[in-house]
Amino acid sequence: MAPAADVRRRIIRDAVAVALAVAAYGVSFGAIAVNSGFSVPQASVLSAFAFTGASQFTLVGILGAGGTAASAVSVSLLLAARNSLYAVAVTPLMRWRGLRRLLGAHFTIDETTAMAVARPDPQEARLAFWATGFALWTLWNLSTLAGALAGSGLGNPEKWGLDVAFPAAFVALLAPQLRGRRAVATALAAVVVTLVLVPSMPYGVPVLAAAATVVPAALWRARR
Amino acid sequence: MAGAPVSWLPIAAVVVGCYALKLAGTLLPERLVRDQRVALMATLIPVALIASLIALQTITVGHGFRIDARLAGVGVAAVAVICRAPFIVVVLGAALTAAVIRAL
Repeated sequence: MAPAADVRRRIIRDAVAVALAVAAYGVSFGAIAVNSGFSVPQASVLSAFAFTGASQFTLVGILGAGGTAASAVSVSLLLAARNSLYAVAVTPLMRWRGLRRLLGAHFTIDETTAMAVARPDPQEARLAFWATGFALWTLWNLSTLAGALAGSGLGNPEKWGLDVAFPAAFVALLAPQLRGRRAVATALAAVVVTLVLVPSMPYGVPVLAAAATVVPAALWRARR
Repeated sequence: MAGAPVSWLPIAAVVVGCYALKLAGTLLPERLVRDQRVALMATLIPVALIASLIALQTITVGHGFRIDARLAGVGVAAVAVICRAPFIVVVLGAALTAAVIRAL
């Protein structure tokens, strides 16, 4: 049975709310990209066709700081690999084929996955996914463009605190996932590993190392 | 501002790579994820990645550390999240905090 009208309205309203909030750091991305040497079309292409915030900020950050293209691309793609995990999680729910699969894959990111898996009912989950996907894609691109156009006029994005928007948003995204001791321990271990390696390792390696520590931790005493 | 304009090549690589990764995930057989250990890793790797990124963006600069307005902003974000504030309040509150501290 299709979800009731009031449930549908609530799902759509939540999707738009998430999209509006994400727009707050879409502006940040556009402005920071332009101030890091990217052109407005380049920032826009990233938001429209990569469409995954952490990778976009990382690419811009590493290249803007003078890092090599190789390290920028590899860290960005490693971060994007979590979207593969999200895709594995939502594909059974979405039951998509053909063009819907091709479009749905593009939309599979942190927020759309979180919105979909939070719904108990599969039809609600599908509505949540698509509503969030379309709303987010639209607002992410509009806000990137606005930030990029205003960017050079804004001066240093740090003056407006825009550089903090991204870690702040990720605190909000991380919090619901910190359920249980294992998740909290993982997060703490990741922070420690990262900070220990930053002084000595090239940009990006501490992040990879933090992710790699999950493997032994997950295998240790985990049931088959 | 960075010196030379950025080449389109890394941008194209990221665009293609990101989509390939997403699409690949939709094609993996579900039985691969039935193994509890794989499922556990699938849950925990994003946690580790995001926590690591937050740490990097908050208190590091290049190969060193710096405690500045960013930590205050992220701290405000954490408090806002604990108080179950809406997403946009979390983000704007953090940005505003950092901007105000830097302006002082």
